Amino acid sequence: MTTPLADQVSRYLARRDRWTAPEIAFWLVAAASIFLLPGKHLILTEIAILGLFALSLDLILGYAGIISLGQAAYFGFGAYTAGLIAKYGFVTEPVTGLVVSGIAAAALGFVTSFLVLRGSDLTRLMVTLGVALVLREIANRLDWLTGGADGLQGVTMAPILGRFSFDIAGHTAYVYSLVVLFLLFLFCRRLVNSPFGLSLRAVKGNPTRAAAVGISVNARLVAIYTVAAGIAGIAGALLTQTTQFASLDVLDFNRSADVLLVLVIGGIGYLYGGLIGAILFKLMQDYLASVTPQYWQFWIGLLLVILVLVGRERLAAFRAWIRHLIARVFRTGGSGAVTASAPSAKEP
Amino acid sequence: MAPALQTLALEKRFGGLLATSDVSLTVEKGARHALIGPNGAGKTTIINLLTGVLRPTAGRILLEGRDITEIEAYERVRLGVARTFQINQLFADLTPVETLGLAVSERMGTGTHWWRPVGTREGVTEEIVALIEAFGLADVMHERTATLPYGKQRLLEIALAIACRPRVLLLDEPAAGVPDAERHEILASIAALPKDVTVLLIEHDMDVVFSFADRISVLVNGSLFVEGTPDEVARDPRVKAVYLGESLDG
Repeated sequence: MTTPLADQVSRYLARRDRWTAPEIAFWLVAAASIFLLPGKHLILTEIAILGLFALSLDLILGYAGIISLGQAAYFGFGAYTAGLIAKYGFVTEPVTGLVVSGIAAAALGFVTSFLVLRGSDLTRLMVTLGVALVLREIANRLDWLTGGADGLQGVTMAPILGRFSFDIAGHTAYVYSLVVLFLLFLFCRRLVNSPFGLSLRAVKGNPTRAAAVGISVNARLVAIYTVAAGIAGIAGALLTQTTQFASLDVLDFNRSADVLLVLVIGGIGYLYGGLIGAILFKLMQDYLASVTPQYWQFWIGLLLVILVLVGRERLAAFRAWIRHLIARVFRTGGSGAVTASAPSAKEP
Repeated sequence: MAPALQTLALEKRFGGLLATSDVSLTVEKGARHALIGPNGAGKTTIINLLTGVLRPTAGRILLEGRDITEIEAYERVRLGVARTFQINQLFADLTPVETLGLAVSERMGTGTHWWRPVGTREGVTEEIVALIEAFGLADVMHERTATLPYGKQRLLEIALAIACRPRVLLLDEPAAGVPDAERHEILASIAALPKDVTVLLIEHDMDVVFSFADRISVLVNGSLFVEGTPDEVARDPRVKAVYLGESLDG
């Protein structure tokens, strides 16, 4: 049966999964950066890894409403797993290493997920923070295994899939990171547009009602927390593999805080927030560090305060106003005569 | 044949407060059963006990003869018990289409499918459309639920329960707070519920109760007080006393 209403509904549902022009442009630009910005591949690799890490946080924060100050626990666990299995010769092929590290981090995520099921946001902040701190101290303590404060030395990676060796300028590393980011992004994108993703948003919005339509709230939270931990672990593994080194700072509180900051800058709950936030954050960090090497965190801090105080809605309103202004300039410029009236609100 | 829903000496204590006391309620299959009582009588507590939001301190709950006292809230939905809430419990950021699509997916057991976009499963769209039409939500179906007029939210509240295809439906003051102009729409949709769905209704509005119910239980201070047909309850002097606020002890 295809009544007009059914048509509308199915088109509306299909639209959720369709690629929009800005999305396609985003990934084309990312792909173009491989050829157009060869001198920037080192920082671009860092951006891709941070973006992937932020993507993992967006899954739990933006979609399931789990606030975390300890996502670095899984990032770091993945980073050390990748380093250790390569160092001791179990798995030196990077892609296999990513898979193993991702599974290891997901397993840790699964076990610790039960700690964040109950309680308020504050409890969750403290529990996630605590898990990351505990893990960092364990890594510190096990210095015979992890190298402790000196970091994990002697990680050597085989060529990717046996064919592409890492080079000193980081070209291979960037392409590799970008491909991994893109594939995992595709995975996340499909996941959030699926019935499962919809149920996460329902659980975030109203757990009481979610249970009243037959959703096992806890099982869904465990599932997404596990998946997000796995992705964070893969991001950590990418860092170890592309730098051939892992140190305690992969488990640092700073890393958890930075990734939250990245999401706040880019916006939560639409997947691109983590990627855009990672780009802005890294570029800003890079620029500020070159201008004022010692005090760059001052500006990052100031930006954060402004961003939160001004609020996203007002920023969105500001963007709309800019668009309005541009449209107006073009219109008056085109006709050269009448002062254009305000464009209607239904611009794309 | 076992009754659709039955409670045996149900009791719920909140600290020193006895919110539900020795309630043995039987709701027959296909019944239009109303649960009435003054404010604070414990009506919503009973709904919460029946749906598993609260656990009873004592007593059993049987669904079609099966003991469901220890079963989790979300599993009871899958067994066929759905409810609406006295105060809207909706998904503010989802549209009605998404909200209903969610419930339909869950009922079909495809709610954990992560590899497929919503609505690609056969029959989901058709069912969403049927619900949208039945509850008059077509004009607002793509708007965020938080922005809907109150009456539409109330309709969505009921549609969402129906999307679970319950055999037993618990309606907690479905028309509460709805302006008179939109009220008839809610009442019409309740009257149009499938006959094979057993309905337990909590309602303050006596006109609604007496036009809808074929059986009425009166709850006072957490205990069942009177039960009978609408005529019997209407004639019962004790019920009148309760509703006129007279002391029973006097």
